[in-house]
Amino acid sequence: MSATDQIGEVVLAARNIAKSYGNVHALKGVNFEVHRGQVTTLFGENGAGKSTLMKILSGVVQPTSGEIILDGKPVVFSSSSHARDSGISIIHQELSLAPNMNVRDNIFMGREIMTSTGVDFAEEERQTRALMAELEEDIDPLTLVEDLRLGQQQIVEIARALSVNSRILIMDEPTSALSATEVEVLFKVIRDLKSKGVSIVYISHHLEEALQITNHAVVLRDGNMTAYAERKDIDLEWIVRNMVGENFDLGTPPTGHAIGDVALSVENLCVPDAAGAGYNVVDNMSLSVRAGEVVCIYGLMGAGRTELLECVAGRLPASSGRVRLKGQEVSGLSIAERIDRGLVLVPEDRQRDGLVQTMSVGQNLSLASIGNFVRGLFTSRSAEQAIVDEAIRKVHIKTDGGAAAIGSLSGGNQQKVVIGKMLATNPEVILLDEPSRGIDIGAKSEVFKLLAERARSGLAVIYSTSEVGECLSIAHRIIVMRRGRISAEFTSDVTKEKIMAASGESVAH
Amino acid sequence: MSVTNAKTSQAAPAKRSFDLGHLLLEGRAFFALIVIIAVFSFLSPYYFTLNNFLIMASHVAIFGLLAIGMLLVILNGGIDLSVGSTLGLCGVVAGYLMKGVTLNYFGVILYPPVWAVVVLTCALGALIGAVNGVLIAYLRVPAFVATLGVLYCARGFALLMTNGLTFNNLSGRPELGNTGFDWLGFNRLFGVPIGVLVLATLAILCGIMLSKSAFGRWLYASGGNERAADLSGVPVKRVKITVYVLSGICAAIAGLVLSSQLTSAGPTAGTTYELTAIAAVVIGGAALTGGRGTIRGTMLGAFVIGFLSDGLVIIGVSSYWQTVFTGAVIVLAVLLNSIQYGGRRAKSA
Repeated sequence: MSATDQIGEVVLAARNIAKSYGNVHALKGVNFEVHRGQVTTLFGENGAGKSTLMKILSGVVQPTSGEIILDGKPVVFSSSSHARDSGISIIHQELSLAPNMNVRDNIFMGREIMTSTGVDFAEEERQTRALMAELEEDIDPLTLVEDLRLGQQQIVEIARALSVNSRILIMDEPTSALSATEVEVLFKVIRDLKSKGVSIVYISHHLEEALQITNHAVVLRDGNMTAYAERKDIDLEWIVRNMVGENFDLGTPPTGHAIGDVALSVENLCVPDAAGAGYNVVDNMSLSVRAGEVVCIYGLMGAGRTELLECVAGRLPASSGRVRLKGQEVSGLSIAERIDRGLVLVPEDRQRDGLVQTMSVGQNLSLASIGNFVRGLFTSRSAEQAIVDEAIRKVHIKTDGGAAAIGSLSGGNQQKVVIGKMLATNPEVILLDEPSRGIDIGAKSEVFKLLAERARSGLAVIYSTSEVGECLSIAHRIIVMRRGRISAEFTSDVTKEKIMAASGESVAH
Repeated sequence: MSVTNAKTSQAAPAKRSFDLGHLLLEGRAFFALIVIIAVFSFLSPYYFTLNNFLIMASHVAIFGLLAIGMLLVILNGGIDLSVGSTLGLCGVVAGYLMKGVTLNYFGVILYPPVWAVVVLTCALGALIGAVNGVLIAYLRVPAFVATLGVLYCARGFALLMTNGLTFNNLSGRPELGNTGFDWLGFNRLFGVPIGVLVLATLAILCGIMLSKSAFGRWLYASGGNERAADLSGVPVKRVKITVYVLSGICAAIAGLVLSSQLTSAGPTAGTTYELTAIAAVVIGGAALTGGRGTIRGTMLGAFVIGFLSDGLVIIGVSSYWQTVFTGAVIVLAVLLNSIQYGGRRAKSA
């Protein structure tokens, strides 16, 4: 933490910034300031609007309303290169490197150093080497980015932002793929930059790590700024309290029904890394879930939650281990066969994996249960209508009817369509990968209420989340995953701090 | 509320506005066809006659058959460049079979009956389609490259089989019991050429399959979002192989109709027809990204292309200009597609 405690002058300010995507309000009027030569950290859960705010500040997206004030004057950034020319650059959460090009070309992409005869590769290479030396990373400038491991790619991304000599540097989760020593180096670089007068906006899920480096803390929740404080006035507890909120009622574990036999059991499951890096993203995991039970799987990004659920559902191949549904082995079966036997998955990314945008709400809802309304060779319109109407009613989808376009629904209702589609198959076990991602709090509690109701009638529910508040809702049991393994298992009376500690979230590298 | 019928959901926009621009955009292929007919009828007295329409329709039948198969592939988000060559190879094989298969080992010449020729030719088309499908679905070769390779191979085999020559006089001989091959291309039923009837039958069957069967739903879903369809239990690989097989069969039928119309089978028949088929599908409003398109639109697209080029011939425009016109129509169609789907996305986003 920096020794300078006085507040520097404000270089960049956001005034009433709001951003909507259709019916989804990602930001609802956010104010916040960036001070010269200091680090401002944004805290917030997934979907709180941090990344959207950063994209607006760096000119990647335009705000729906509100203004950005740079050095006391309102500015409109028409593009990210415009923002870069004004001295603002961003290190994106998702790596934005071209894997087919080498490190040098990636760092100078879009602003190549030109001479009269073409690109000055020698000079670019020299500067790249200097940057790598500063970051204490032994990466050759001519290595292809795809040959680097993820942490090294992140370093390249950081080097690219540094090479611009910006006055304001936005870092969106820069440490998520870095090792402990690399984080130390990064922090040293950040301190150097601060002493040179560079302002830094920092976003991280590693709360304690961020507390080491920050001067100011801003907390976002559901698109609103809920709290602001200087570092010296706050602690970890303050952040968690403001992030999660006081009145955050997502229900309680359903009671009053009999917990049945084991519905799903996973034994020693291993899922190899998709990139073929030779390690297991899910490492020898075993767990079992009973009918009528609700289990929450908590973990940070990269803990292996998604891979576990996708493997159980049949999307990813396992390298070893077995999955049993009501005692019957389902390991070798296809996704369709598992759905038939009652094992379904609601995927994490509903746009990419959940919805068919070219089809109507009704066609999406009935997609997984086509077999139930085929009469002979053809689909029966009335039988399908019955399934669609029932799904809309049971899952409480707010829509003009089954014929409405998927894009006309809000994020929460779109999510309900994906859940309704899988529930329409009358499953025994439902897996939900971050069912609350990117939906507002009202829709969240509705989704959880619905799942609790279904659990009462004997459905086994397993959902994953990266928001600790959601662990303490309807789940009877909370399983914490870390690096592909179960690091802890709790009952519903555990505290948020214990869960976070088990996931590695509040522990500094 | 329409749930099962893809045609009506396509035609019913989310916003129920009756403004003219929207109507013209939605039904553009239909209006284009009317404009083409009106303009050429005005320019030539021969254009607007029943006989001319039937002749033009039998030309359209060839492209139309290819376009049906192409629509299925494009709905799936793929492309099939091999249909022109498949048409050529299937025509040549049909010609070869009609000319008699010499079995040296038995010392006999086999003259298969026409129905057997038709079945064997369709099976060959299905086999070529299956090769495409397996390459694309299981071996993960991009559709463009896989079907481009098959385009060359099929054309090469057709040339090898005939040594570059053409099989002529395929009408068969009564004493061998294999007459009737020209029935497909020359005869008429109720005054309508058989080729056109074949096209109409296939189009109707295919339309019912798309709007009514589970397979149709699978096809629209896996074309719209393959990952979502996969996770919903749709057998996406099987769907993919099936569309290429069906496309191959359509090409084989087109090959039969064409060689029957000509009573000869040349190894270069159908060259560049795949592009015409793609054009028909695109003019019919289908999205090359998959998931959007109807058989009705594709048929209109095929007729737009066919009636336009025949009209240009009738009024005596040089064939070079025909090429230019066809190209312009295709670009215009894609432009309108992107306005329609782009506008829709902007509204719904």
